[in-house]
Amino acid sequence: MTLATNESIVSFSLPGVDGKTYSPESLAGASAVAVIFWCNHCPYVRAWEERVIALQRDYAARGVRFLLINSNDPAKYPEDSFEKMQERAREKGYPFPYLFDESQAVARGYGATRTPEVFLFDGDQELVYHGAPDDNYDEPAAVQHQYFRDALEAVLAGRAPTPAETAARGCTIKWR
Amino acid sequence: MRIDFLYWEECPSHEEALDRLRSGLAEAGMRDEITVTHVATEAQARALAFPGSPTIRLDGRDIQPETAAEGAGRLTCRLYLLEDGRPSPLPSREMIRRRLAEQAVAQATKGATR
Repeated sequence: MTLATNESIVSFSLPGVDGKTYSPESLAGASAVAVIFWCNHCPYVRAWEERVIALQRDYAARGVRFLLINSNDPAKYPEDSFEKMQERAREKGYPFPYLFDESQAVARGYGATRTPEVFLFDGDQELVYHGAPDDNYDEPAAVQHQYFRDALEAVLAGRAPTPAETAARGCTIKWR
Repeated sequence: MRIDFLYWEECPSHEEALDRLRSGLAEAGMRDEITVTHVATEAQARALAFPGSPTIRLDGRDIQPETAAEGAGRLTCRLYLLEDGRPSPLPSREMIRRRLAEQAVAQATKGATR
């Protein structure tokens, strides 16, 4: 079942492409934490990639931290292997940790089904927004609702985001 | 002209892509039928050399052959490169319009030389 609004962040410990290990606990003190299910091969991820990078850069100084997680089975999608993740992070200069969920247990624990799929937690690490980055993967200039950015602004202002839930639009997670 | 539209239902852009194809045909005044194929299994994807959803073929030719080879023959979502270089899960309206016009000319030329 997918994590519901106000539920606590689900703990994990995953390797990042930078050789370090990351967990939500290591981000205690952040004003907000976004766990985002991600991958290399998905065209929806590619379409949103620059926007998500820009969001992390825009909000880093305000204590917001993103953790991107790839849970896809690289046996089926070799572009999503750990080595390819390292290449992608380097090429794009990812300003966030990019983690590999090889067992897929983290995706199952969150109830994630798509890439990209955003789970935004407040400073108490409780879920305040879940869903898509915005309402238009195809045309950034035509975006009407910047769900993720608006949710970040809300949580930083101590308000509950509206909406708290949108449909994640993207590729399905590739299960083993 | 034979027009094939192939999709895998796990990729949400297919309905919009089919709408764009229908609009492109209407704008060009073309009444050719679209053969819609739901690619549902890996075996079917391999048999069709399916490069991902959505895919449009005009007389058997992909509307963006330069991106069609990536991952061909498996169930996946398709990455298109738009005119401005942006990646997208959707072919642009302009891309569809241009390919329809080019294929119509190719077809007319072929008919005239027979």
